[in-house]
Amino acid sequence: MRHSFLDRYSDLGSFIHKLDPRTKVITTFAFILVVVLTPPLRWQAFALYFALIASVVLLSKLPPLYVLKRSLVIVPFVLFITIFIPFLKPGEVAGSYNIWMWHISHSGLLILWNVVIKAWLSMLSLILLSATTKFAELLKGLEQLRLPKVMVMLLSFMYRYIFVLVDEVIRMKQARDSRSFGGKRTWQLKTIGNMVGTLFLRSYERGERVYGAMVARGFEGQTRTLSSPHFRMADLYFAVAFLSCLALVGFTIIL
Amino acid sequence: MEKAIEIENLSYSYPDGQQALREINLAVGLGQTVALIGPNGAGKSTLLLHLNGILRSDGTVRILGVPLEDKNLKWVRSKVGLVFQDPDDQLFSPTVFDDVAFGPINMGYAEEEVRGKVSQALKWVGMEGYEGRSPHHLSVGEKKRIAIATILSMSSEILVIDEPTANLDPRAKWELITLVKGLPMTKIVASHDLEMVTALCERTIILDEGKMVADDATPSIMSNTALLERHGLATTPERR
Repeated sequence: MRHSFLDRYSDLGSFIHKLDPRTKVITTFAFILVVVLTPPLRWQAFALYFALIASVVLLSKLPPLYVLKRSLVIVPFVLFITIFIPFLKPGEVAGSYNIWMWHISHSGLLILWNVVIKAWLSMLSLILLSATTKFAELLKGLEQLRLPKVMVMLLSFMYRYIFVLVDEVIRMKQARDSRSFGGKRTWQLKTIGNMVGTLFLRSYERGERVYGAMVARGFEGQTRTLSSPHFRMADLYFAVAFLSCLALVGFTIIL
Repeated sequence: MEKAIEIENLSYSYPDGQQALREINLAVGLGQTVALIGPNGAGKSTLLLHLNGILRSDGTVRILGVPLEDKNLKWVRSKVGLVFQDPDDQLFSPTVFDDVAFGPINMGYAEEEVRGKVSQALKWVGMEGYEGRSPHHLSVGEKKRIAIATILSMSSEILVIDEPTANLDPRAKWELITLVKGLPMTKIVASHDLEMVTALCERTIILDEGKMVADDATPSIMSNTALLERHGLATTPERR
């Protein structure tokens, strides 16, 4: 079965794709850090951040619409968390939007805008990172950046088995749907509960078998890896250019 | 003949108390290919897990004449390569290369040597050029081959395979049989695919309810229909 992969389009051969994963991880996190630290009222800064990300997207030859669509996935989550802030935050009332007994406050609206724009910009940069880097290379990069090996291993198992689990869920759903003929809502919920339990047990047992397969090949608790690619001049150029753009925006607008 | 595997008085119960193996006594000569057949739940996989010390219990297991102990587990695991039934269990890395290199890296080989072993193992199973692929996107037949390559890269002297032909279509099955047949090491194959056993193994052991009930040359086991019927390996004539 095919799924929409985390690293779809990671096979494109653009300049951005060929960068060392470490360069991309570092610049991505620098970008997120600067975005998060920008005061919410400096909207020009956010426009420039967007322009910066958009130009890198163009450089990377990713379909812009794909990036945009992917980035919208997080909007419901962010909105769900932030939508209540304008109602709950005390402060100057913004206009006459009195809905029942809540008042929408200015500072609340500001926080809403602040959270949404920062989350969205950060998301854009992360999509750019994951869509231009093969997951295996991303893991290598994180490991070289001294992310604890246990965490790298967790991520790698997640990436390897998430598809296996999704397949298992799809198969279970198909088996249920071929035998289910409606029924009460509570009955359906009970079925879902049973499926979740079964999935947990199966994953647990699979975990034991995978561990067996690792032990059988000499695994003793530490992961060891081979060394891998080195920084190239292109990495240096990109990192310097990107980070100085960021710094420029930061100094001229924020300060 | 020199012995690759010797098992004496091996019994094992699962943590829930259910007896899985009873008094197994077995010796396999160097270079032999032995089939371990039996119905579902007979204890085949459990026995295989004892061969490289993943499961331990009372009774002695000797590998190449050396008794299996805590202090030589690493050595034993480098000698006995175990291919699991479900290749999704065996292949746990993000790329084929990482998976085939996992064993050699854990054995402590240098980088050059690891790369050499990986390309050699992939060549052996006819999967050159698959290094960068993600195991999830391979067919079952390809996954099985890579799973065998993950063991070949460790240069094990004893190859233990659990259900090699499960879930394979006839063509993939026969390709795999040809591949395994061409491997020179001592081989233990657990299965209930009698066609494969006949083509691959000179000696067959029947395991049922944790006990060894037969141990003979493959042709004489396969011609003993009554024996096969008794242990769920052939169906009785009136059902046909």
